[in-house]
Amino acid sequence: MTKKQLKRVDIILSPYSVSPYQVLINTVKRSKDEVIKEMINSGLRGRGGAGFPTGLKWKLASEQISDEKYIICNADEGEPGTFKDRKILSEVPRKVFSGMAIAGWATNSTKGVVYLRREYKYMVADLEKEIEVFNNKAKEIGLDFSINIFLGAGAYVCGEETALIESMEGKRGEPRNKPPYPIQNGFKGKPTIVGNVETFASASMVCRYGADEYVKFGTNDQHGSKLFSISGDSPKEGVHELELGMSIEDFVHEFGDGDTKAVQVGGVAGFCVPRKHFKTTIIGEGQTTGGATMIFNSTRSMYHVLHNYLDFFVEESCGQCTPCRVGTQQLLKGIEAVKLGEKEPEYLEQLIKLSQTMKVASKCGLGQSVANSFASIVTNFKEEMIY
Amino acid sequence: MSVNLKIDGINVSVEKGSTILDAAKKINIKIPTLCHHEDLCVAGNCRVCIVEVEGKNKLEASCATPAEEGMIIKTNTPKIRNARKDIISLLVSEHNTQCTTCYRSTNCELQALSSEHNIDHERFLSVLKPHTKIDKSSWSIEKDDSKCVRCQRCVRTCAELQHVNALTVSGKGKEMKISTFLNLPFSDVVCTNCGQCITHCPTGALTERRYFDEVWEAIGDPTKHVVVNTAPSVRVALGEMLGMPVGTRVTGKMVTALKKMGIDAVLDTDFTADLTIIEEGHELLTRLKSVLVDGDTSVKLPMMTSCSPGWVKFIEHMYPEYLGHLSSCKSPQQMFGALTKTYYAEKNNINPKDIVSIAIMPCAAKKFEANRPEMRDSGYQDIDAGLTTRELGHMIKQAGLNFAELEDTKYDSFMGDSTGAAVIFGATGGVMEAALRTAYEVVTGREVPFKNLNILPVRGLEGIKEATIKIEGCLPAWSFLEGAELKIAVAHGLINARQIMDMIVAGECPYHFIEVMACPGGCIGGGGQPIPTNNEIRLKRIKAIYDEDEGMPIRKSHENPEVTKIYADFLEKPLGHTSHKLLHTKYRKRNRY
Amino acid sequence: MSELKTVISDQIKKHGKGRDALMPILQSIVEKNNYLTNENMVEIAKELDISAADVYGTASFYSFLETEERGRYVIRICKSITCDMKGKGKVLRTIQDMLKIKIGETTQNKKFSLLETNCIGLCDQGPAMLINDDFYNHLTPEKVREVLVDYIRNKN
Repeated sequence: MTKKQLKRVDIILSPYSVSPYQVLINTVKRSKDEVIKEMINSGLRGRGGAGFPTGLKWKLASEQISDEKYIICNADEGEPGTFKDRKILSEVPRKVFSGMAIAGWATNSTKGVVYLRREYKYMVADLEKEIEVFNNKAKEIGLDFSINIFLGAGAYVCGEETALIESMEGKRGEPRNKPPYPIQNGFKGKPTIVGNVETFASASMVCRYGADEYVKFGTNDQHGSKLFSISGDSPKEGVHELELGMSIEDFVHEFGDGDTKAVQVGGVAGFCVPRKHFKTTIIGEGQTTGGATMIFNSTRSMYHVLHNYLDFFVEESCGQCTPCRVGTQQLLKGIEAVKLGEKEPEYLEQLIKLSQTMKVASKCGLGQSVANSFASIVTNFKEEMIY
Repeated sequence: MSVNLKIDGINVSVEKGSTILDAAKKINIKIPTLCHHEDLCVAGNCRVCIVEVEGKNKLEASCATPAEEGMIIKTNTPKIRNARKDIISLLVSEHNTQCTTCYRSTNCELQALSSEHNIDHERFLSVLKPHTKIDKSSWSIEKDDSKCVRCQRCVRTCAELQHVNALTVSGKGKEMKISTFLNLPFSDVVCTNCGQCITHCPTGALTERRYFDEVWEAIGDPTKHVVVNTAPSVRVALGEMLGMPVGTRVTGKMVTALKKMGIDAVLDTDFTADLTIIEEGHELLTRLKSVLVDGDTSVKLPMMTSCSPGWVKFIEHMYPEYLGHLSSCKSPQQMFGALTKTYYAEKNNINPKDIVSIAIMPCAAKKFEANRPEMRDSGYQDIDAGLTTRELGHMIKQAGLNFAELEDTKYDSFMGDSTGAAVIFGATGGVMEAALRTAYEVVTGREVPFKNLNILPVRGLEGIKEATIKIEGCLPAWSFLEGAELKIAVAHGLINARQIMDMIVAGECPYHFIEVMACPGGCIGGGGQPIPTNNEIRLKRIKAIYDEDEGMPIRKSHENPEVTKIYADFLEKPLGHTSHKLLHTKYRKRNRY
Repeated sequence: MSELKTVISDQIKKHGKGRDALMPILQSIVEKNNYLTNENMVEIAKELDISAADVYGTASFYSFLETEERGRYVIRICKSITCDMKGKGKVLRTIQDMLKIKIGETTQNKKFSLLETNCIGLCDQGPAMLINDDFYNHLTPEKVREVLVDYIRNKN
């Protein structure tokens, strides 16, 4: 356990003290291998939640031989409780574009796409202006890389990278079988890097500060700073940039309202941590996180919270695979039946087992992650499920 | 390149690109599946075929996971069994489990899985949507969403095998379902009625519209004279419905069974298949003459066959501007119907209004075809009911007949004579082969220059087959064909038909005559045939068809004595006035979307 | 050329006639008319040479590609947990009372449709909603009333 004090950092969200495009200019003067190595050494992991090592992803993409490759910035943040990408794209978009461009340059890709969730359409006008600035800059420095926006149409599952690609190809956003991964066979069958907004911004920061400096932040498990979307029963709702490694206890002390009974770490696809585990749970250790943290105080019914989550999953499952499509419905119907007394409380055990089946047998991360919140809430707040 | 892996302790080596499921099959390890079908691309969505891959916590769908060097796989562990049981239970929980009244009972993949895995009905609550309405709008196909397991086999079939795309997946989450455009009734969409979705459906969600109750009524009605004609491919597949091995030829038993059921006359569609060859062969020769000699631009080449009603409806929807390429010949079923209520009625002195004419077909589209308003040239509905091979199988069971023990009986006459040429109509390439056996001889006076009359280039399961036949030594009447090279092609499966049509549209079609069958493998793989159907089964049925042909004393349509007689007694000559009235038809443009 | 055909052909010019033009086409029609009519979908299918069922199947997957008639202003109120905790229920009731419609319905004058939506990324500012593309945050019954009154009086 590498517990750290809660510490605010100001890397990603700080205003441009050094122009991100200067970082880009400096970076593309170096050798590609060196930059990819730097990215590997920085230990940066995907910031969307899955936590795949970014440097490795770039390396694999750079090794693919193809006439065309794509860099896709996943701005389809649909996880309830997550809004950090909105903040990044409204406040420091150039860090994102610079990170995308570096990724493009390092892997010989010339096309970048920002897949923006439909709910953020009001941001398109401003983003397009910024993209124009970027595209002109790229031309100016002789970098063959351009970015455009692809607007989603409202489907949580499109945050899953292969579903996102299907959607860009004009199809239903149903996740693909993997392998092959997008790095081998992505958008239009070409090698594709799909990365989270914060990941690209962080990559730009790695290039600015260098891996040696970057690894000083965070835990052994995860380096760097992390943006947290904090909502719920907190007087400090909003996006906060923190160093990974603090305990929930410290976190709650800083952001709770003094009456916190549970914290949902990682959005509805993450875990719900009850008060009795606040001390021993370190954020960023063991589990990666997209940074969504929802705080619940003692007035909240955890049954109601879980019901709300399950409603969400029942609707947002793409519906193609059995465990997720039917499993989500069963979990919802099951807790209702227990609450109403139609099923014995022991039925909750059966449902937890089912959620474990969903975890190991679902096709994509959506179905696989339902068990996280389900099992943690049902186990830790069992009385609330029954009475 | 090959990869080596270990499954349940057994080493196996497979081609790179094979799946874990393929590898397991190779060493006879059976992994249960549901959404998987040999004919279709991988979906990996039912998750029934999950296995453990050493080093991974997740279970992998074996149908969708490539075999990799050094993999260590387990297919039967407590972890897998528990998960699989959950998954099958989930499928059952959203399923209409009234198996006792399901047409597919005992032939249902979900039922088999559920029974094999001893699924407890109470494991989960039912999430079956109440009050789903069965779509019975189509003459051919019924869709019951309450029995759908959402494996998408039908959607993939409609797209990959047929390129019709009448079916899609709509909605998401719990609202996700298999749907037509706007969820319109089948009768209103671009469905060709081929029925391939039915033969690929693992459950009773998609079935043919059944007519056997009406048929039993007619049989029981003493005032009705019930006539049946049976299609060539039924005789090589019906046995599968009744516990016999795939590829068993049951022609004689089938006739006996029909007679025992109380059918008044059991006749052979082969008779009108032979008649089709005469009419269609002459139509082709006439078209060739019009184009090559008279330079008539209104006559279209290539000419395309019209015996497959799924194909006919496909071209009516998708390429209505090219209907002129279709032969005007009715299908053998409809020729049979028109003649039954005219020629047959007259010869047997039966009032045609008392005849109930039934066709036993390998086909779902034949039901629609029988109900086309233009198919009333006898003055009555020419065919009263089209039944599938499966329906006949059910009727034989309903009648309590011990099929395997039945003796052989010959077809009644007349309109019961057959030739080898007619029998092979049942396999892809068969119509072409039969046509060539006759047309070549008509033109040259000699048999087709193929050993033992077997025109091998047009046989087999390749999607599009082609051949060129040089015509030499013509009889004087056909001298304009001297030295001509007749180019022919055979396509089966509508996706292949579409390729041919696109060649025609692009003006790049080199052929004179093309046979198209809607279903993969031709009629032996029809939408009304026993389930399952896959390539292994198709090949066995095809072999049975050619064996039947080889065993026939007459193997050329123009030598069928009843055919000769009907021209002498009734039709006068091919393409003559009566022929035109009864044996030829017109097509119509249908909506494309 | 009809308006619809212009919309489609503009997008085809930009994205080509391939399937990946489908989403931009659907989006631009919805932007103009708030929903897709049956005729729209048939026309798109024709232009892209795909089946109408595929167009429908794709559209029905996405919550912003409506295939049912909607009003000129589509209100999407967030129903995710944090908005719910912050009083979404009262806000929703206020809207329903004001417009006399329930969730999923459209006012008789075809001006407003009311829908619930999953997270719109304003969890720190809940309860929140979208009216077409614009967002409204920190809603209270009073505030939502003001917003709607403005739409009722000042927007067509």
